[in-house]
Formats: sequence, structure tokens, C-alpha cells
Amino acid sequence: MPHQLEPENWVDRYADYLYNYTIVKVSDPVVAQDLISETFLAGLKSKDNFKGEASERTWLIAILKRKIIDHYRKRNSKKGKAEVRIHYNDNESEGDWLEERVEDLSDRTAEDEMENKELGLAILQCLDSINETQAAIFKKKTIEGMDTEAICNEFNITASNLWVIIYRARKSLAECLNKNWF
Amino acid sequence: MIKFKITCNESNHICDKSQYREASFWEKLKLNIHLLYCKFCREYTANNQKLTKTVKEAHLKTFPKTKKEALKEKLHQEMDK
Repeated sequence: MPHQLEPENWVDRYADYLYNYTIVKVSDPVVAQDLISETFLAGLKSKDNFKGEASERTWLIAILKRKIIDHYRKRNSKKGKAEVRIHYNDNESEGDWLEERVEDLSDRTAEDEMENKELGLAILQCLDSINETQAAIFKKKTIEGMDTEAICNEFNITASNLWVIIYRARKSLAECLNKNWF
Repeated sequence: MIKFKITCNESNHICDKSQYREASFWEKLKLNIHLLYCKFCREYTANNQKLTKTVKEAHLKTFPKTKKEALKEKLHQEMDK
């Protein structure tokens, strides 16, 4: 069966995923939000071009990727000339040769970050495959760190309902991650 | 009298709560006693802690709620056009 587009569900289904995807690449929350907003609108405009071969998510990501590239193009053209500054004379590293500064094995943060971002996307993708309400409640509790009581009020459930949902969500998430990540 | 023995279900429930720092001291004590003799729950607890750690390390962010609503609104307007 070919995939279909359901724009009325886009925000609930993909906003968090696309947000985490974008923020790695532009590292500015507001820009990321704008790009996603543009992506959804562009998707809506060109929804007749959707052939149903790819999933909704893949299709939206394809649009988003172009938006991100455009964003960098615009920014670069605004800047005019690229400018590279190298300070040779800061006191701390005086006397070091450039070659010595190039490779810093202790600086693994960038790479670690990247792996973590992919992990984040894997988690969100797994959450997509479980029951929608369960996923929503799990996200609120675990990612946003909302109070049990506040969530219970919002979804009109009791605390023990909530813990059953959390239990099930954690179980399915763990199974999914074991299959796809670890 | 305080009941020290708990069932596996109760133990899992306390373990879930303690992932969110919502288990009380007594609950945690009961859980730990249970874990001394229950291999199954030890496994469950270890996996659960691993999951908590994993999610934490991923530094996930959620799209701000008010922005989500605004975006939905915008999409609706576009769809009605």
C-alpha cells in the first residue's frame, strides 16, 4: 500500500523528531523551529508531488535537508567574504607548532555529541512505533521531566494508570533499542 | 508491622518510580531487599537503569509546546485555503 500524507498529524508525529534532527545541524533552537515550520508549509504546498514511495517522515526529511542547505547558503552570502582568523600569539599556546595543535585526541566531544544525536533520533523513532498516547506520556515524563500530577491532570488519568503506561512504554522502548541500537 | 516482602510486580513498580526519583526511602529499601534474592528483578532493574542512562545521554529536546500549537494553527489555515 502506498504511503499517504496526513498533514493534520505532522506536528504531533514529527515535530520532535525533526527538531532533534535539525538542532544538530544548525545549533540554534529558534532557527531550527523556523526551518521545521517552513518544511511543513513547503510539504503542504507540494503534497501533490508525493508519490507514496517513501514514508511521510522520509519525505519530510528530504524537504528539511534542502531547507537546511538553503539556510547555510543564505547565511554565507550575507557574510560576504569568509574570514579565517588564526591567532598565533595567544599566550597560552605560545611556542606551539601548528601541527601540534591539529590533532587533539582528548577532544572527542564533537564525535560523542554526534553519536548521541543519532541515539536521540533512534529513541524518537522507536517511540514512534509504540502507542501514541504512551509515547506522548513517556516523553512528557522522561524528556520534559513533567510532574506525575501535572501529567495525570492533563490526560485525566490516575497515578497508577500513569505508572502502568510508563512501564509499558519503557518496556517497548527497551525492546526496540535493543533491536536497533545496542 | 511494616511489610518487607514485596512481589515482583511491586518491585518493578518501585524501580520505575525510582528512575524518576519518585520512590520513597522505604520503597527503595524494600526494593533492595527484594533484589537480594530475586534474579529476575535484578535484571529488570539493571535494564531499566540502562534505559534511563541512555535517554539522558541522548540529550533529547522536545519542540516547545506553545510553538507546536502555533504551528498546528498555521498548517490548518494553509490547509483550508
